[in-house]
Parts: sequence; structure tokens; C-alpha cells
Amino acid sequence: MKKIANAAALRQLQQELKKKWDPKKPVVTICAGTGCRGYGCVSVKEALAAEITKQKLAVDVRATGCFGFCEKGPLVIIQPQNIFYQQVKIKDVDDIVNKTVVKGEVIEKLLYRDPGTGKRIQKEADVPFYKKQMRLVFGSNGMIDPTRIEDYLAIGGYSALGKALAMTPEKIIKEVKDAGLRGRGGGGFPTGDKWESCREAHGSPKYVIGNGDEGDPGAYMDRSLMEGNPHSVIEGMIIGAYAIGANQGFIYVRNEYPLAVMHLTMAIENARNAGLLGKNILGSGFNFDISISKGGGAFVCGESSALFASIEGKAGEARAKYIHAVEKGLWDKPTVLNNVETWANVPLIINKGAKWYSGIGTAKSKGTKVFSLVGKINNTGLVEVPMGMPLREIIYDMGGGIPKGRKFKAVQTGGPSGGCIPESLLDLPVDFDKLAEVGSMMGSGGMIVMDDRSCMVDVAKYFLAFLQDESCGKCVPCREGVRRMRDIFEDICAGKGKEGDVDLLESMAQAIKDGSLCALGGSAPNPVLSTIRYFRDEYEAHIKEKRCPAGVCKALITYSIDAKACNACGLCAMVCPTGSAHGEKKKPHVIDKKTCTRCGACIESCKFDAIKVK
Amino acid sequence: MVNISIDGKKIEAPAGATILQVAREHGIQIPTLCSHEALEQSGACRFCSVEIKKGRRTKIVASCLYQVENGLEVDTKSERVLNVRRLVLQLLMARNPKADVLKEMAREMGVEPQARFVPDKDKGKCILCRLCVRTCVNIVGASAIGLSYRGSHKTVGPPFGEDSPTCIGCGACAYVCPTGHIEMKTTHDTRTIWGRTFKMTPCKTCGRYFAPEDQLKFISETTGVPVDDLSTCTSCR
Repeated sequence: MKKIANAAALRQLQQELKKKWDPKKPVVTICAGTGCRGYGCVSVKEALAAEITKQKLAVDVRATGCFGFCEKGPLVIIQPQNIFYQQVKIKDVDDIVNKTVVKGEVIEKLLYRDPGTGKRIQKEADVPFYKKQMRLVFGSNGMIDPTRIEDYLAIGGYSALGKALAMTPEKIIKEVKDAGLRGRGGGGFPTGDKWESCREAHGSPKYVIGNGDEGDPGAYMDRSLMEGNPHSVIEGMIIGAYAIGANQGFIYVRNEYPLAVMHLTMAIENARNAGLLGKNILGSGFNFDISISKGGGAFVCGESSALFASIEGKAGEARAKYIHAVEKGLWDKPTVLNNVETWANVPLIINKGAKWYSGIGTAKSKGTKVFSLVGKINNTGLVEVPMGMPLREIIYDMGGGIPKGRKFKAVQTGGPSGGCIPESLLDLPVDFDKLAEVGSMMGSGGMIVMDDRSCMVDVAKYFLAFLQDESCGKCVPCREGVRRMRDIFEDICAGKGKEGDVDLLESMAQAIKDGSLCALGGSAPNPVLSTIRYFRDEYEAHIKEKRCPAGVCKALITYSIDAKACNACGLCAMVCPTGSAHGEKKKPHVIDKKTCTRCGACIESCKFDAIKVK
Repeated sequence: MVNISIDGKKIEAPAGATILQVAREHGIQIPTLCSHEALEQSGACRFCSVEIKKGRRTKIVASCLYQVENGLEVDTKSERVLNVRRLVLQLLMARNPKADVLKEMAREMGVEPQARFVPDKDKGKCILCRLCVRTCVNIVGASAIGLSYRGSHKTVGPPFGEDSPTCIGCGACAYVCPTGHIEMKTTHDTRTIWGRTFKMTPCKTCGRYFAPEDQLKFISETTGVPVDDLSTCTSCR
């Protein structure tokens, strides 16, 4: 692509590209996010393209970013009719091309079936998973090929940059402040204030950084954004750099996200070739470029000071932040570090204005938030909702509730730094402050749903084990304290818990929160404190009665078969790895408690709910 | 100069000084483990935690790193502070049951070991204060030792646990180590540290073996002074 000389040339190019983007033109889009790739969407895409080429059809096949409904991938949309197919396999390709693309016929069995009504749904927007979503940041993911800057330009991409370069930096900062944008990475710090402090800070050069070091178990919204719409992040960063007066930016992305690294690399290269990065951007005289810094996968490197250390080439360890990063950040220079999702919100604000943006969300949390909805939930995937949406709507209306009709128990938000929220708080409107009030946090937007078969003590133990490994190991409370808390949890789950353990954990949690060097240690006790707060009875059952009410902690449970419920189908005996489940034909089966390892395979296999855990 | 108060005592302190510096200047004791006046502060041990009040908000900070500012109120002995120090000490005593310096501190502070923490057997006396690493990197300039791994697996030593070719045997790490974890063995003409044995140089004047050959070579290379001129011990100089 030729360099775009100025804002007028940008508008002209966008118009030309938009013309080629005729909504009436037949296009087959297929989700090529990491989730769908796992289901084999790449070979489905190749088969679709081959069939279309073979039949010499004038139809584009476009691999796009993540659509979000990962549970039902691979996902395919056929335009112009806007038909939404799910769980598409290679064997469906012939039908899709011959029936839908050529004749416009709808293939019923590939449509999403609403489990409530049993009806098939033809359009993506009518699927309950999408219905209540507000896909501002994620909306373009399913439309554009993230490897082509032309696609992004055709849907109006980089318009905000053109507009921003004609504004004063102060005006941009005011717009971001008025919009009420808060950081999407966890803390929820007001973005405009951060930019303003950095602009006013003494020191040169200044830096902007996109934090893509997503590391919470189960969270993948930043990944999907970087993979599916890298230009939106880049556009936001250029605007931010112009606003604070930075000429160099970094995107810190973990190397375990190869597709994100590849798409970001291509996007930066394409933007540079188009004159949107580099010297004299759009003829404005403003120079700015972005480098990618690949992280080695340490969770702590998502923490700002450890991230700076990592970019600087040092070990990813936190350092004290009594002087803020906006004054002394990367290489001790004024730095604005924002999460990649925060950056992707910036073009929206500039394009549509602070007034529009601040109209979305709650009093103190504006705009939308992308959550990754995982765990014991029917519709695993990424949802983008306006701030303030009650948890219940996210989990039941979009998520489709808990599989196998089981009972909801808790939802863990905010990853290892967050907390577990019980059923009694399901009507909580989700925003930064409400989540903090109940002892959890927004974090980067992970939401792990747990059913009544999840042991909350075991869940807290899991997060402690994660944090024990992921602590940088610099300060004593985090390095040694988290480890000792975990040891106590191991004891509790093994039936060796002692009276007073809960009090000790609470006291340790306070000291670790207070004493730790960075936010990782500072928030590490949250899963412990929130589970004690809402599920104290489970702790007491483990410690006093040596009993795991959820039937998870192996040392505290035994399996048996309810002879009345058992249908003697023999499935349990077939799956049991130790031969402990056995029985004669047509007679109720039994489990040998001595050899049973309580692995749960029989429970998963039993169709009659005959395996009992005590 | 800025006006602050520590434990209710009004103090005028130079701007830019840390709480710890000001407190010590005024005879207020704050215990430390990883702090050394010759080295940049690292804030690793958290033993020097104090509670500060700015406006209505209070929070715990590391006094070795926090710079004083006008109106700051510092409490060095609040219950929150003592809770942090108690835990830090109990955690370290469990990690390093043989470190006498910790036991001594615990006695002074009236802290008992936490019975719920099973003492480690494999950590020696190393509390990971990093004084040795900071000395080797920033003072000596040899960078022979560093930190490996992360989280609770963190250790100090030469890279990959192998003999370090850049170690000069100066022993500064052993001298600065507050717990005596780093072992240095000296015979009359050799010194062994971090698994490497160094040949010592005899003093030109008195003949006493006083410094490793590698150390004198290193000093000669960095300062330009010939090795021969360095080969006199401190007593004979």
C-alpha cells in the first residue's frame, strides 16, 4: 500500500475500499480465532475456498477474528443473507456451497438450536448468546480479515486517528476524561487522568505501552482482540501517543500467543507502509512507531513495573511504585501503560464523542467490557456487555446457565487476584466498584463459573498454587506467605486442617495484602478471603468434620453406587482405570473403596446418577 | 525541607530522603533485613514496613523506599505494621530455621515461630535479601552471581549453578550476607567460594596471603593500576 499523505487522502482511500465492500456481495466469513482453530476451522476454510474456486463462484472466503461464541465453533456466516452456521465440519462444506451459497437455501441442522425453545435460529444477532451483547470493541472482529489493513480501513478504521491529529492533545485528553474511560487491565484507573499526568510529567522521551500480557487462567479476551482486530489497538495507541507526546510505543504480548504476535506484527508493518506509523503520520508532522516486545509467559509481567523490567531486558520482577509510571516508568521515563482493550476503546471515543461513550454503562464505569465466560457454563465464549449488566444476565441469558441442569455455586471474577461471588449476589451489576465492594475485582475480565460440584476450598487452593509459581519471588510476604497459605490449604483438603486455621489464614491474608511489594501479592489473598467470607461453612466442614461437601477433595470422600439407581449398564466398570467399579450383568454394580482413586471417571460416565460421593 | 511526623514526633526532614533515613537520623528504630547504606534499596524483605497517613487514607509502605513529603504522618509500630513484621519474621524463620540472626530478632520483638509452618530443610540460611547480588553487581562490578527461577523456587548463585568464570573470589558477597549463608573457606594460600577455589597472592612486603589473584587482576583491569602495585596488603601499604 502507498503511504497515505494526509487525512483527506485517508478519507478517499476509505471510500474506495468501502465501495469494494459491497454488503450485497456474497461472502463466506469463517471465524479463525484460536478457539475455532482448535476445532479445525483452518481446514474448513481451505475446503470452502477450494470448493468455491472449483465451481468458479464470485464469492469471497474470509477468515476473520474470533466471533466470541467459542462453545459452538467453527462458526461460519454467509453474506448477504447473514446466515449463521455453527459447529461446521469439513463434511458440511459441499452443502454450504451448493445449497446456501449457490441457491440461498438454509441448512437447518447447521443453525443454532435454542435449547430453551428448541427452535433453530438463522441470524447471529438473534442467538441468545449475542442478543444482549453490545459489541463495540469486539464487533468488527467477525467482519474483517485481521491480516489486511484494507479491511480495517474499509469499515472506517483509522478515521479516529485522522480526526485526532486535527485536535490538540489537550482536547483529546479531555475527550477521554469526559468519556469516563477506565483501565481495562484490572485496576480501573481513569485513563484520561493517566494520560494527563504523563503529558505534564517532565522527562523525555515518553513512552506508550499496550499491555497484552494476559495471564489469568481461563481469560482470553485480550488474545482474541489482538488476533482479531490488531489495528484497533494500534490506532488507539497512536492517538494516545500523540496526546501525551510520545514517539515510541511497545506492545507487550506473550510469546504463547503466536497468532496475536503474527497479526500484530503484520498490522504494524502494514500501518507503517501506509504511513500510519513512522515519520510524519498523515502529513501531521507527528512521528510515532511501535515495537513488539514478546514476553516469556510470566504472569507477573502483566504488572506494570515487572513489565517495564521485562522490556528493559531484566528479569520480570516488580519494583516499588511510590513514584508513578507516568513520571518514571519504562527506563525511568514518563510512560503510559494501558491494557490493549483500553487502547481499542480510544478510537470509539474519538469517533463518536465522549457524550455518546459516557452514556453507556454505570455512574462510574463507562462503556462496555469484554468478559471471557468459562468454566461450568453452557455457552463458553467471549461476551461484550455494557458496564452494569447483572451477573445473572451474563451467566444465564448469554451463558445459557449451568450444564446438565446443575446448580450454580459461585463465579470467580478477576482471575487469581479476584474473588468468588456467591449465588446471593447474582443480581450484582458488574462494574469496577461493585465487584470491589463484594471482595472481588474486574481484573482483565475473566469469569469462571462454578457449579455445586466445585469445592470452594479447593478453588482457593488452586489459585494459591498458581500464584505460588507465578510470584516473582522478590518480596517475602508474597514469595513465602502465599506458599505457606497453600501448604495450609493442602492440609485442610487432606483432612489435616487444624482448629484456628481459618483465623490464621485471615491474619496472614491481611499481612500479605499490606506487606507485599506489588499488586500480585497485594491481591493474592483475595480468593482466600472471598471464599472464607461467603463459604466459611465449607472450610468448617473440611476442618472440623473432615468432610468435603462438594465431593472434590479426594482424601475426604468415598464413592459408592446406589443399588436402586444403578441400571447395571456397565459403563462405570468400562471407564474405571483401576478396576474398582465392577459388577455382574444385570446386577447393581459396586465400587471397591480400597482401590478406588476417586478420579471421577465413573461419575462422568453414569447416566443414572447412581454414583454417590460422601 | 518538609514537615512530617513519625510516631507523633514532629520532624523537619530533607525532601528526597526516605522515611527510614529520617527515622534513623532521629533515633527511631525501624528493623531492616535487606537494606544497606552502601547499596540501592530493593524493598524485598518488607521488614521495614510502616503505616503512613496522607489525608484520610492510610497505607503500609516500605520505609526504605518511600520518600518523605510534606504533611506525612508515619506510624512505625501500628498493629497493621506489627502484623506484617511478625509474618515476615515467622515466614523467614520457617524458611531458614538455622539463621541465628532471625531468632535474635524474633526474641527482641517477642515473636514466636508459627507452629503451622513446617521448617524448610533445603534453603540454608539464605533469606533472599539480595545484598550479595547487589554488592556483586553494583559495587564490585563482577556480576558473578544472580537470582534464578521465580516464586518460591527463587535461588541465589552463579548462573546455572556452575562455577562462575567471572567470580573474582573477593568474598564481598560473604561479608555482606546478614545470615552467614554464603560460605567462604580460606586456607593459608587458597580461598573457596561458590564452589570455586582461588589462589591467593602473597603480600610483597610481609608475605601474608591477602587477596585472590583474580581479584587483583580484575582491579588492575578496571583501574589501570599494574598488578604489581596492588600486591601489597593493607597492613603494609
